Amino acid sequence: MIAPPRIWWRPLGRYERRWFIIAFVWCLFLTAMMPLWFFLGRQNVPVTTYRVDAATFQEKVTSFVEQYQVDTLNGIPVVEVPPGGEAYLQAKQWQWYPVLKLKKGETYRLHVSSLDVLHGFSIQPLNMNFMVVPGYDYVLTITPTTSGEYAIVCNEFCGIGHHIMIGKILVTE
Amino acid sequence: MAVTAIPHPGEQAKFRTCTATGLKVDLAAERLIIANAVAAVVFLLIGGIAALLISLTRWQAIHLLSPVWFYRLVTAHGFDMLVAWIVFFEVAGLYFGGAIMLNARLVQPKLAWLAFVLMVVGAVLVNVVVLMGKADVMFTAYVPLKAHPLFYLGVILFAVGALVALLIFFATLVVAKVEGRYEGSLPLVVYGLAAAAIIATYTLLSGALSFVPAFFWSLGIIEYYNPAYYRNLFWSFGHPAQQINLAAMVAIWYGLAAITVGAVPLNEKLSRLAFILYILFINLGSAHHLLVDPGPGFAWKVTNTSYAMYLAVLGSLIHAFSIPAAVEVALRRRGHTRGLFEWLRRAPWREPGFSALVVSMFVFGWIGGVTGVTIGTEQINMLAHNTLRVPGHFHATVVGGTTLAFMGFTYYVIPLIFRREVKFKKLAIWQPYVYGLGMALVAVGFVAAGIQGVSRRHWDITFAQAPFQTPVPGTVYLALAVFGIGALIAIVGGIMYMVVVLASVFTGKRVEPKQTTLVVEPPPALGYLSEKEEHNPKLQPRGTWVLVVAFLMFFAAYYLSNWWLLGRLWVVR
Repeated sequence: MIAPPRIWWRPLGRYERRWFIIAFVWCLFLTAMMPLWFFLGRQNVPVTTYRVDAATFQEKVTSFVEQYQVDTLNGIPVVEVPPGGEAYLQAKQWQWYPVLKLKKGETYRLHVSSLDVLHGFSIQPLNMNFMVVPGYDYVLTITPTTSGEYAIVCNEFCGIGHHIMIGKILVTE
Repeated sequence: MAVTAIPHPGEQAKFRTCTATGLKVDLAAERLIIANAVAAVVFLLIGGIAALLISLTRWQAIHLLSPVWFYRLVTAHGFDMLVAWIVFFEVAGLYFGGAIMLNARLVQPKLAWLAFVLMVVGAVLVNVVVLMGKADVMFTAYVPLKAHPLFYLGVILFAVGALVALLIFFATLVVAKVEGRYEGSLPLVVYGLAAAAIIATYTLLSGALSFVPAFFWSLGIIEYYNPAYYRNLFWSFGHPAQQINLAAMVAIWYGLAAITVGAVPLNEKLSRLAFILYILFINLGSAHHLLVDPGPGFAWKVTNTSYAMYLAVLGSLIHAFSIPAAVEVALRRRGHTRGLFEWLRRAPWREPGFSALVVSMFVFGWIGGVTGVTIGTEQINMLAHNTLRVPGHFHATVVGGTTLAFMGFTYYVIPLIFRREVKFKKLAIWQPYVYGLGMALVAVGFVAAGIQGVSRRHWDITFAQAPFQTPVPGTVYLALAVFGIGALIAIVGGIMYMVVVLASVFTGKRVEPKQTTLVVEPPPALGYLSEKEEHNPKLQPRGTWVLVVAFLMFFAAYYLSNWWLLGRLWVVR
């Protein structure tokens, strides 16, 4: 709180210098981890994105469902995606459409977009989270490594029915 | 404790001389500080009531509110706490630092009142529109979820008012220098506040860039507003706004350390460098919110989320050492030199400014800082985005850290500026501990639930009314109960604060304060260390060294365990 002495540009003390160096090295380590994981890790944030308008995306979803539908669950079509194929998931207030059926160990290109407002794509209880932005087709190149039933929770506030917006992904062995 | 007042012939502004510090106090600045501080506390009260109701809803065992009112009050809580309470308090702090700590006059007090009126009108407008149910859009108001135009207008008015206040602060600094009100460099506290004000300027300009088009869009003048652009612009307001709090809080930390134990910065160069790092790099943090968005590429995300190379984090790590070290050395100079930690045992734990400083630093650093850097890591963000880990992080930083530091500072503003005796000192002694404990539990409960995938801003995590359910493990309910109990404790701490402040301000005895401390004897004014003291082995900050190394080990353990968690996810690219 007091004004500093006239000349305050002084060398660091022993402990200060030591801490400054350790802190700086730690910061460099934190920085290096991300590119390192980018090249060596298996979980990286997808970057593939296309502009898309709501009508076009909805058409793609509809034809995708028509082509591959195998069942219905609680009134929502269940779609079995061919291994290695393109899958579409549409977010709309307040429903994920359709239910996806995937195979463990296969890789899919999952296109996610929204027809209205922002939504959050959260696979639970696995806990992987992505943003869904209207106008953008976000392509997640994804390989399920565990089987079972997974819920898609909307975790970006999207209006008053936000908490009933739950979808489903089924992963078979 | 202050810079020496320099007599000034032909003075226009009216001053009084503070009986405790010898500072010259510009009466116009004093009235503005009082007005802004009162407004801050009023919005803290409104936001606090909302906090009570929404936390009793998220505590799944109680689940109090209907969904409509839950989302509505989360919106109000976000605005009143993150914007209204904190910015009003910061404006009061800027006038205090710019005018009073420099013995200077506040330039253009009339304009400052205009700024105050704009901010009050804006904040009231937002609250009215939200509570009338015309803006259930959350604090973030992501386009294309539309609110009433007056909601955006309210935010804009508030931001314009705050910008005017900032300009007055800068002008006050310049005029104080030109008129020769103080000699030499700015004291570190004012320097830190100036850093906060610089960050605030570009933050508020970004806020205008995001909200002005949103206002026109809500009126129908603009047809389409790209939601991705809005997110980027909003967060270059929303995230740096929290960094204003960070810089202001660190400045207040240095101030509290000076008031309660007479601490002087050990190395002004290092502490000031840390503030410069904030100014230069901290605005990049807006990318933290866009890490799992469609659009930006890897290099953009990594450069921005890491503040270039974690250089702003480096700034915080510097303060994390230099503030406790300054406290340690100040106490060692008073003779508490035995062992590593005698100084800590002999510290003034009953002085609310000191306990607020320590608890605030602990909750901010150990919980808020560590979790923040971790979830701001590009890939790890896939585990954390929009889960309760995010509010867990910022309740530790902004609430347990900033708000608690500001609360602690209020206990000194009341006698020095309001010139009222602080009533219920017993409550004030306990308040930082109660509030800090509560917020620590809130943050830990949130983080523990978030790690298990529980979404933030969600009314019902059991999904009872949804077409599909997913089993919720018992540990989630446990984490939410920890959060709920913590919230209640924090609210008790908040009520204690309100009682002390309101009782003192409205019914406290009028006094001319004789000392700066509240409970303990004021620390001796020791001034800067001499060359001989600097090399005295008994005065080295060895205890702090142990503390910061322990902190770094905890940091590393938490950070690395998150990479391990990430490795268990599905393969994705």
